[in-house]
Amino acid sequence: MSAADGYTIRRFTPQRGAWSRLTARDSVVRRLDWVMLFAALALSGISTLLVYSATRGRTELNHGDPYYFLLRNMLNTGIGLGMAIGVLWVGHRSLRGAVPILYGLSVLFTLAVLTPLGATINGARSWIQLGGGFSIQPSEFTKITITLIMAILLAGKVDAGDRLHPDHRTVMEALGLAALPVLIILLMPDLGSVMVLVVIVLAVLLASGASNRWIAGLVGAGVIGCVLIWQLGVLDEYQINRFAAFANPAFDPAGVGYNTKQARIAIGSGGLSGSGLFHGSQTTGQFVPEQQTDFIFTVAGEELGFIGAGAIIFLLGVILWRACRIARESTELYGTIVAAGIIAWFAFQSFENIGMTLGIMPVTGLPLPFVSYGGSSMFAAWIAVGLLQSIKVQRPMSA
Amino acid sequence: MSPHSSGGAPQTGRTSRVAIRLIVIQILVVSLLLTLGGRLWYLQIRQGDTYTAEAADNHIQQVVAPATRGSILDARGVPLADNETRLVVSANRTDLMKMKDRGRSVLARLAGVLGLRTEDVTAKVRLCDAKTPKPCWAGSPYQPIPITDEATTQQALQIRERAEDFPGITAEPTAVRRYAGPGGSNTAQVLGYLSPVTDDEITKAKTSRTPLMRSDQVGRSGLERQYDSELRGKAGVTRYEVDNLGRVIGKAKSDKAVPGANIVTSIDARVQAIAERELDQAMKDARKEMDRNTGTNYKADAGAVVVMESKTGRVVAMASNPTYDPNAWVGGISAKDYKALTGKDSDYPLLNRAIQGQAAPGSIFKVISATAAVNAGYGFNDNYNCSSSYNIGNQVFKNFESKGYGPINLGRALEVSCDTVFYDLAYRQWQKDGGNNPKHPADWFYKTAHQFGLGKETGIDLPNEVRGRVPDREWKKKYWDANKDTWCKQGKEDTSYAGLIAKENCESGMRMRAGDSVNYSIGQGDTLVTPIQMATIYSAISNGGTLYNPTIGKAVVSPDGKQVRDIPPTAHGKLPFSGNTRDQLDAALAGVASEGTAAWRFEGWPKQIPMHAKTGTAEVYGKQTTSWFATYTSDYTVIMTIAQGGTGSGASGPAVRKIYNALYGVDDQGKIDEKKALLPHPEEKLPRIEKDGTIEAQHIDPPPSPSASPSRKEEDQ
Repeated sequence: MSAADGYTIRRFTPQRGAWSRLTARDSVVRRLDWVMLFAALALSGISTLLVYSATRGRTELNHGDPYYFLLRNMLNTGIGLGMAIGVLWVGHRSLRGAVPILYGLSVLFTLAVLTPLGATINGARSWIQLGGGFSIQPSEFTKITITLIMAILLAGKVDAGDRLHPDHRTVMEALGLAALPVLIILLMPDLGSVMVLVVIVLAVLLASGASNRWIAGLVGAGVIGCVLIWQLGVLDEYQINRFAAFANPAFDPAGVGYNTKQARIAIGSGGLSGSGLFHGSQTTGQFVPEQQTDFIFTVAGEELGFIGAGAIIFLLGVILWRACRIARESTELYGTIVAAGIIAWFAFQSFENIGMTLGIMPVTGLPLPFVSYGGSSMFAAWIAVGLLQSIKVQRPMSA
Repeated sequence: MSPHSSGGAPQTGRTSRVAIRLIVIQILVVSLLLTLGGRLWYLQIRQGDTYTAEAADNHIQQVVAPATRGSILDARGVPLADNETRLVVSANRTDLMKMKDRGRSVLARLAGVLGLRTEDVTAKVRLCDAKTPKPCWAGSPYQPIPITDEATTQQALQIRERAEDFPGITAEPTAVRRYAGPGGSNTAQVLGYLSPVTDDEITKAKTSRTPLMRSDQVGRSGLERQYDSELRGKAGVTRYEVDNLGRVIGKAKSDKAVPGANIVTSIDARVQAIAERELDQAMKDARKEMDRNTGTNYKADAGAVVVMESKTGRVVAMASNPTYDPNAWVGGISAKDYKALTGKDSDYPLLNRAIQGQAAPGSIFKVISATAAVNAGYGFNDNYNCSSSYNIGNQVFKNFESKGYGPINLGRALEVSCDTVFYDLAYRQWQKDGGNNPKHPADWFYKTAHQFGLGKETGIDLPNEVRGRVPDREWKKKYWDANKDTWCKQGKEDTSYAGLIAKENCESGMRMRAGDSVNYSIGQGDTLVTPIQMATIYSAISNGGTLYNPTIGKAVVSPDGKQVRDIPPTAHGKLPFSGNTRDQLDAALAGVASEGTAAWRFEGWPKQIPMHAKTGTAEVYGKQTTSWFATYTSDYTVIMTIAQGGTGSGASGPAVRKIYNALYGVDDQGKIDEKKALLPHPEEKLPRIEKDGTIEAQHIDPPPSPSASPSRKEEDQ
């Protein structure tokens, strides 16, 4: 630009405006995983429509305002997106320092659920009422904190270059930290979240490179745990009935079986292209309970048909595919483990949620990531997106 | 694959173990998603139709609006059966339950307007269950619930004008079946009646062209049953979409009600009224008469009269007695009424004795015997000995209805109803056929009866017509096979007259005996005929030989009047005689009316209207005689019968004469007043159909005062 005004040859550093900085080749924006982001945003958009369709007629829930859930769902998505940006801004590496505190907080909150602060919804004591119609479900955030705390422990020595794989002592410590919130949630009892957490722990161990013996041991412990849970009667009757209704679809058609039967009718009647948004008779007739939360997929099945419901599975698949790529391409084990935990979480929870509406999994109270109505689950899912993006963005550019 | 995956260096963040495990996770994720996709495809594409049907069952509720049933009209358009509109106030439960107080205030206001107690009105709209005492609503909660069907116009107006005060309440004129009985006619057994459809019928009709609705009423007898599918129309169905609590959330595809078609019949309500009245009067008169054979008055417990157009077989009037009021069925029959109509102690007034009553025909059968004789080769105008009795072996057959006339021809034998002439013919024919050891019998007398249409239905357009019976060899064999055990047992133990008959039947009942054939030739014995069969036969003699299927329905007129389907007369045979024989029979029957056994009943009958008649008095074992009177002109055939009523012309004569008087406008002196003639010629045209589909009804007078009892002479021979 200007002529040389001295003897030093200054390296050319162009003055870049804000826009140019954002769009520069090495900028955060350019390095974001846009495919995943769009898939998540698309799911959130579909979610808003489905939630609206499921709740606009439910006067007993929406306080007489058909847009009540629509607006709240958009607000939740906005807050979630904000959280994701916040996580991205801080970065998953910088977050490391705060993880023990976050972990401690999540354990405290889950404990608080068991105190009189907690609220029972649908037989599970999983919520804390905050007043003003707001409530949080700490178990949703526990999925993140467990992943992070285990990742820090397991990756610590490996990323430092001390060891090739985490040693037994570290694995044991990590499992101990995971076990604490799992046990608390088991007492709620929120069986669905426990299942997700166990799957997360398994995936984290797998990705950490921990010895095969640990994996086999954990699977074995899981099986024994299931037997023990069944034998010790930790489960409430409603949970046993849910399994019974799953094993035998004709079980109690007016009670537990009603939910699965109506869900299957809703999805089955959708056919290829569905009855059209807002035109599903099962949905407008409110035949499916909990349709805006755990059974949101039935709205898609009925009103959008195989094409629309398949699109949701496809979009979830896109997110998982991108997440797998991020896990593979992360230059440090910490990122890989975090990504793997999130993959296991999203994949299993989606499978369980959609599977129960399709009648191939027992009914548990798990939301469908990005799609089900609910603040905590929406925030948690978006925080996970922020983490994944951060892992991708902070990966040093390959030479 | 990442370029780092192969390396084991810590700085890449992975080892090969980690890389392999990541791939395992990836494969697991993909298989989970594929599982979901596959299951989704299975539910939505493979089983989609099943679930679509289940979803429809879930959320569609039907409200049925019954179709207006078509009317049954007489030949001049006068309604015999139609619908009357009653103002029915009903409450829509779905609407009421949506209100804050669940409709309580509306029902209270409604009770005020209708002058009913609030509790009673509220009770009517509650749904029936095990704990709820009556009154309660047992039907569909989506169907409007009737509060009253006797609202006044003013009450209905109040409700309709203040619709905002009565949400969910309707005051609608609703059609209810009415048997108007125009001109004093009743026509009960011909019209039939309706009753609500049964579950079985709904199941059966499901796949038919005219499926039934739960709210439907179906015809149970008579024309209501015969033309049920035409009259019924198609109920309208409004389909509501409801939610999981049964609240209405929208309307789905609905079908409008299609009213039923109207049936124009050949019945003339005026003639029908006279026929009914005269039959009833004749039976009342008969009950005042002493029966010399039994020493008691005649019971006259059943009777029937048929007035038929001779040239078409259309029925102008058909009466059966005892009778009943068909309106008893409207709105559900009471248990008491039902018992009175069908119970063991009742006189079975539901039976249409014109088509369901059968008895031996007596001498009105002789036209068949005469034809049989001619066909067997005996000359109509040859002379036959009319002796006062006839002997076969040691059996003596009396000349029941006639004295001895010496040698007379067949025509004269019909005129004076000489039994012995026919005994002789039948016996000679029986001998020709081989007597007790028949060899290829010609059986002229039985064959001819079949050719006249006896022993089978005439095919009238009414349900459950009976067939009567021709006691030919085949029947005798079957009958004997069925009864021989009883007969033989009784014959051994019983020494009374009945026992002797049983013994004889046991030994020879399988054979056609001489006595059977002789008795048969004069219409006695085991022969059974219905009045409608005799009406077709005498009509056929009148019209030159065509046996018409009697019809009552004349045309089916669509509710908008645009489509008219005529029901043309159809024939089921020709009488087996030549034109010459027909003329000879015709002349002989004219003789019966002018100088024979019926002459005293047609005294002064105008010559311009040639009258033909045959009287009959049939013996019934253990009962009083059956009166038969068969008559015809060139236009009409009138058959009357009275069970346990006495002689043919004695019991039935005056009534038949009065029917003819009314048809042709003839007075007792024989003067014709054409203005008074109800129907000097059969009605050929259909009543006028207006542009809007209504059928114009001609004027009909209210029922006249009861007819004066005619003087009844003691004996008729």
